[in-house]
Amino acid sequence: MYLARVYVTLKPTVNDPQGLTIKGALCNLGFTSVEDVRAGKYFELHLAETDFAKVEQQVTEMCCKLLANPVIENYRFEIEEVKV
Amino acid sequence: MKFGIIVFPGTWSERDCYYALKNVLRQEVDYIWHKEADLSHYDCLILPGGFSYGDYLRPGAIARFSPVMTSLEAFASQGKLVIGICNGFQILCESGLLPGALLRNDHLEYRCQWVYLKAENNQSPFTIQCQNGQVLKIPISHYEGRYYADSATLAELEANKRVIFRYCTPAGEVTDAANPNGSLHNIAGITNKRGNVLGMMPHPERACEAILGSSDGNIIWESIIASIQRNT
Amino acid sequence: MPVSKETLDEIALSEAEYQLIVKRLGREPNDVELGMFGALWSEHCGYKHSKALLKQLPSRNKRMLVKPGEENAGVVDIGDGLVVVMKIESHNHPSAIEPYQGAATGVGGIVRDIFTMGARPIALLNSLRFGPLSDPHNRYLFVGVVSGIAGYGNCLGIPDVGGEIFFAKCYTTNPLVNALCLGITRSKSLVRAKAHGKGNLLMLVGADTGRDGLHGASGLASKAFQEERELRSAVQVGNPFLEKLLIEACLELAETDWITGMQDLGAAGLTSSAVESAARGGSGIEIDVLKVPRREKGMTPYEVVLSESQERMLVMVKKEHQDKVKALFARWELDSQIVGEVTDDGLARIKEGEKVVAEVPVSLLTSPPVYRRRVKKPEWLKQLQTFDILSVPDLSPRKAGATLLQLLASPNIASKHCVYRQYDHQVGNDTVVPPGSDAAVLRIKETKKAIALTTDGNARYCYVNPYLGGVIAVAEAARNLVCSGAQPLAITDCLNFGNPEKDDVYYQLKECINGMTRACQKLRVPVISGNVSLYNETTGKDIYPTPVVGMVGLIDDVARHCTSGFKSEGDLVFLLGEIRTINSSIGSSEYLELIHGIIGGNPYVDLELERRLHRCCLEAVKRGLVNSAHDCSEGGLAVALAESCLVNHLGFISDDWKIEARLDATLFGEAQARIIVSLPPRAAWKLQRLAARWQVGAKRLGTVGGTRLTIEGCIDLPLEELREAWWYGLEKCL
Repeated sequence: MYLARVYVTLKPTVNDPQGLTIKGALCNLGFTSVEDVRAGKYFELHLAETDFAKVEQQVTEMCCKLLANPVIENYRFEIEEVKV
Repeated sequence: MKFGIIVFPGTWSERDCYYALKNVLRQEVDYIWHKEADLSHYDCLILPGGFSYGDYLRPGAIARFSPVMTSLEAFASQGKLVIGICNGFQILCESGLLPGALLRNDHLEYRCQWVYLKAENNQSPFTIQCQNGQVLKIPISHYEGRYYADSATLAELEANKRVIFRYCTPAGEVTDAANPNGSLHNIAGITNKRGNVLGMMPHPERACEAILGSSDGNIIWESIIASIQRNT
Repeated sequence: MPVSKETLDEIALSEAEYQLIVKRLGREPNDVELGMFGALWSEHCGYKHSKALLKQLPSRNKRMLVKPGEENAGVVDIGDGLVVVMKIESHNHPSAIEPYQGAATGVGGIVRDIFTMGARPIALLNSLRFGPLSDPHNRYLFVGVVSGIAGYGNCLGIPDVGGEIFFAKCYTTNPLVNALCLGITRSKSLVRAKAHGKGNLLMLVGADTGRDGLHGASGLASKAFQEERELRSAVQVGNPFLEKLLIEACLELAETDWITGMQDLGAAGLTSSAVESAARGGSGIEIDVLKVPRREKGMTPYEVVLSESQERMLVMVKKEHQDKVKALFARWELDSQIVGEVTDDGLARIKEGEKVVAEVPVSLLTSPPVYRRRVKKPEWLKQLQTFDILSVPDLSPRKAGATLLQLLASPNIASKHCVYRQYDHQVGNDTVVPPGSDAAVLRIKETKKAIALTTDGNARYCYVNPYLGGVIAVAEAARNLVCSGAQPLAITDCLNFGNPEKDDVYYQLKECINGMTRACQKLRVPVISGNVSLYNETTGKDIYPTPVVGMVGLIDDVARHCTSGFKSEGDLVFLLGEIRTINSSIGSSEYLELIHGIIGGNPYVDLELERRLHRCCLEAVKRGLVNSAHDCSEGGLAVALAESCLVNHLGFISDDWKIEARLDATLFGEAQARIIVSLPPRAAWKLQRLAARWQVGAKRLGTVGGTRLTIEGCIDLPLEELREAWWYGLEKCL
């Protein structure tokens, strides 16, 4: 059993209205040191698989095909073996 | 008697509320910018629908920190009437004035459609002009309207008749098929403990003239007017 | 030549065009200047291939307040001191790359065109085309585009009241996403997009500038578009929340006398908005790119002036009022920045601090070459048109019912409710007739009036016969309006075509505009604004020629509007207009393609009859003679009858039609100039007398009643079954 933690973020050049609005709200609440906010998504995937390389390859494919939109988003992930 | 409609950056149903109250019901009504602090001129406050702060992060999550909200809390604690519609309901839940939360519709789609509401409690200041169990035709327009609360909260809401409106069929049956978004107990509108703060997802201000499809929303405004008159 | 072919390709200029620039400028342009030429001489901004053809469309009448192209959108006087402002625009290519953001920013762009003129946007419509939904990629595009429109439009609080959706193979990987916006204002509050008055300031408001969508304008024609799908370069992400703030702030500003003009930043960003405003005002402009607020570090002057970052406005501010204008924007939590000023030297001057990085005459940038070509009718088109209808076996009466069900379930005909329910179509408290009828109707508050809106354009007709297709697009839009009781007022058109450098496509464009021109003249409806989207092709294959006609009409008394559904049992049903069955009218029909897999044969339209029919129908609705009116379009008479039944769940029983012509043409032929009306029996003689006066055929078809659709001798189906097919037809494909 493996656990994959996937982080999807907007590419650096892509406009992030949500991040900008949240940044404004944080500043209004007094957190004036906040210089930039980028919003993203987080997924936890549990995979019934025994081969690390296979997991890596599958998660990559999942990110490309579904979890991230390669037009505007980047992704990264961490894989960890978990005891059943 | 004076209504105040609080305008947040990104809300839009303030214009429709204004129209319904001013042009149809001939009431005195003001817009109040979300940075105002003085609410002493008003008998009833409206938190309108729309997309305050673009609904970014969570609907209502940023608007609840607007300066006006502190004064609104004090206003409500005096027992004066507050009605939150759609985004206004979401803001009230985020601010803790109402329990529970509004989650993304169960079918994961935005829905703009007519629904039927059963007025469950006609003792509330928002429904005293309704027959008990009267069915109102009023539209919804939202992406995040699925009412959720833990079971203890739900039990408390039910026990104290704080569920004011439930989604139902045109004949008034509360069924799964009549539930447009997956709300628990078909809940469309609830009040706070004291009963003077109502939050509802449907838009009564849109059902203000027959030519638009229904004038049932006016019953809610007329109830508010009658309640205020009774208390003054 | 010091510029490489690759560079020219990237900005979609030809070598000849480059030489023309050098000749007119008297020197080689630098990089920034060349980029500006590429953007402004693109088809999107400069209309170089279509201008000569578009000129012939009638564009004037007494209600029109500005000429097409003179402002961001066309303006029509509707009386009571009110004007409506209307425009349609395409966002096809961005939607092909990223459907959600492409469609969303398409809505954002067209809305800016309207409020930039000081008009409050009160209605949106969308005309969409996709490849068949059996292909998963097309489903992805469809779902993305629809949610993008919903995501952006709903957030703005502008009702989306209709449009059309049509599917055909040619749109696979090249969907068409056309968005129409209509706004309303008092005529005295109209704001012009002119930069004039030396020393007045140029203020940039809204979003910071990033590297979004560089080369968007020229990219539409760029040879590299194909590869761009792979590269997936800088996609613009829209911020509807910011746009909503801009709407409110700019409308407030429009009521002051602090500004001389306003212009949104669209394709080609700051370059086109500043240069076009200067051209309209006969002035010059000077901009310092260092003053432009940026989202990203290290941007070059080239990137700053050509960036297509969304939600930005350029405001021409009177110098003495700049502080008040800044304060107004600040109250709406919007950033504003003075980036330059208006000059009187007729030059577009871009500076980076003290250094001049571009300096070109405004007149040169805004006068691209205009191409006109002589082209012949393609051979393949002749073959398509001469298709022999008699070679198709006629429909047997036994199969008529099943065929009707099949047509009703076809995504082109089936109910689009699963799309419209995702759009807020009620906000604003004006929507009297929601999406789904022939035209949407919105009342005008504080008057008795209403406006009706529709978009139309059957591309299959245009593919087989571009001229007739153009005629029908206009005729059908007008017919939809008269069915709702509205007098047609004006058109905004979006012409979606393939690569105009190909002779066949140029022929289609020319013929289609000819057809539209003819119909506009005959029906007396001017074209007040529009947009051209060319180079719609994938792997070298062009889309169908697809003109989309958006039309607005005026209803004097909203209480006298009309809808398509039957209203009461016992009403008589009449067909008005072309009452003969034209055997050839199954040419290019939905029936012919769906049932026989054939695309061919000219569509049938009698424009002279169409004009009289519209007058007749309008009068019948205005006098309150009829309870319903519905035009016959895709799927013909049988489909139109079924649709009228399904709205209010009221059946129909036919008289004996004594069918002598072909059964397929009788039931499913798509002859134009036909309207189905229902009315109380006692009013029938009045309708017949009215029809006779307009020399319009009026044939009694049957009676409203029961819960079945019965056409004697061939169809007898319960409404539940028809509804099941029609209501879920599209949804089932998703």
